[in-house]
Amino acid sequence: MEHSLQAENLSFAYPATDGGTPIPVFEGLDLTIEKGSFVAILGHNGSGKSTLAKHFNAILLPVCGRVCVFGMDTKDEELLLEIRRNVGMVFQNPDNQIVANVVEEDVAFAPENLGVEPKQIRRRVDEALKQVGMYEYRTHAPHLLSGGQKQRIAIAGVIAMRPECIVLDEPTAMLDPKGREEVLQTILQLNRDHGMTVVLITHHMEEAALADRVVAMANGKIVCDGTPKQVFSQVEKLEAVGLTVPATTRLLYELNKAGMNLPLDALSVEECAQALKEALNQSSAAE
Amino acid sequence: MLKDITLGQYFPGKTIIHRLDPRTKIIMVVVYIVALFLAVKYASYGLMLAFLVSVMILSRISPKRLLSGMKPLIIIILLTGILNIFYTGGEHLLVHWRFIRIYREGLINAGYMILRIIMLISGTFLLTYTTSPIELTDGLERLLSPLKKLHVPVHELSMMMCIALRFIPTLIEETDKIIAAQKARGADFETGNIFRRAKALVPILVPMFISAFRRADELAVAMECRCYHGGEGRTRMKIMKMKLRDYVTFLIGALLLAGVIVLRHFGL
Repeated sequence: MEHSLQAENLSFAYPATDGGTPIPVFEGLDLTIEKGSFVAILGHNGSGKSTLAKHFNAILLPVCGRVCVFGMDTKDEELLLEIRRNVGMVFQNPDNQIVANVVEEDVAFAPENLGVEPKQIRRRVDEALKQVGMYEYRTHAPHLLSGGQKQRIAIAGVIAMRPECIVLDEPTAMLDPKGREEVLQTILQLNRDHGMTVVLITHHMEEAALADRVVAMANGKIVCDGTPKQVFSQVEKLEAVGLTVPATTRLLYELNKAGMNLPLDALSVEECAQALKEALNQSSAAE
Repeated sequence: MLKDITLGQYFPGKTIIHRLDPRTKIIMVVVYIVALFLAVKYASYGLMLAFLVSVMILSRISPKRLLSGMKPLIIIILLTGILNIFYTGGEHLLVHWRFIRIYREGLINAGYMILRIIMLISGTFLLTYTTSPIELTDGLERLLSPLKKLHVPVHELSMMMCIALRFIPTLIEETDKIIAAQKARGADFETGNIFRRAKALVPILVPMFISAFRRADELAVAMECRCYHGGEGRTRMKIMKMKLRDYVTFLIGALLLAGVIVLRHFGL
């Protein structure tokens, strides 16, 4: 499979303030993200997940090791624009990402920066807005929209660059449940229907469970890496670093501790119910 | 309480004034202001007033709306008027009490001054009321672009203006929240003398500034992520093109200016 994002032996430290020692974040981190995949990076505040995200489009540069984006080294300043065009980044607070006071003008911002032809910009803007389902709002003022709508505008503003990959740094942290649902659906669609590589940084287990692959991080290190089912079944390992597992896994885990024998990889509510039903049938059959 | 700031407000519409090229409108406002300062007496003021009223009618902006926008400026307008009453000398003394002398010329002068300020503000308000802020900054950027050759940061200035306009509603909303939060903790903004009240504003201003800086930082990163690298090599989605109506407007502007200069020549 083709690699899109690749971090090799990555080390990074935030520079020291007032002559103290630099604060290390990663030491020798390796991570490869396949093209077209949907990867969730899971971790607590201070686990280094946002810092890692900022390495993927050269906002931060590694102190040691290297980060490659579609074969381009992020340290190469000549390629800076091409790297940023290929890896779109969406942040937590939609208010602080929107530049213009008309929706379509804001979506046009990135292609304008790239020097795209005016007619082509128009086409890209319309397309991007349709992809996130905000086309009807193109002439609205962003500050009058809901949080979820604003975040979708921010996503449209990024996909108007036609990136290969989109990195979302806790895009739902400031949204209400409805806005969260809207944004997650948009992300899933981009990955499934448009084949975009998606890296979702989050601390919500339920969101991470939507991904093809989950990378759990703690203290700048990768703790678990695998499919959601593989990762969440390692309950002790996750809890040791302060990460909780989804409620379904938690239930099965507690029941197992009480003497039952249930599979821990039943992640969705339906699967969990099914597993419980089977276990109950078996035990009643045994009696 | 902060919601009623109308400075720089835009009222969307589809009238001919709304559809004019923003560059045309900006130039016309400059022409209008110059003409206004060249106007001397009844006839020239009449001509200017006729122009103002016709623009107002064409743009369907009611005089009430224009005047209500002027409320915050009423003190400045009155003060200018009053100062003119006392400081203009002349022949026809009307009132003489101790050191105060009021002449008829002073009253007339004050009247003209107030009229001039009101017309000046109305003209600029008509520009901002009929032009969206983004069009306005775009128009300014394009008008001033020859200055780039003199290393004037035209693009940067217009970008700053655009972002400032974008963040006004966001920051107002935030201020309201901070005020509510401080009130909930027993802060008192309504009683006491002016110094006490000014002091009470500190707990609002400090969080406001901190949050504005944080926002600025995040916005800068977000802009970099979207490949912003200054004005060089940047294209625009909307292209501005002068149309027939813009040329007609310029002709009207030239006629207005010429008219006022001729009237001034005859002392009217």
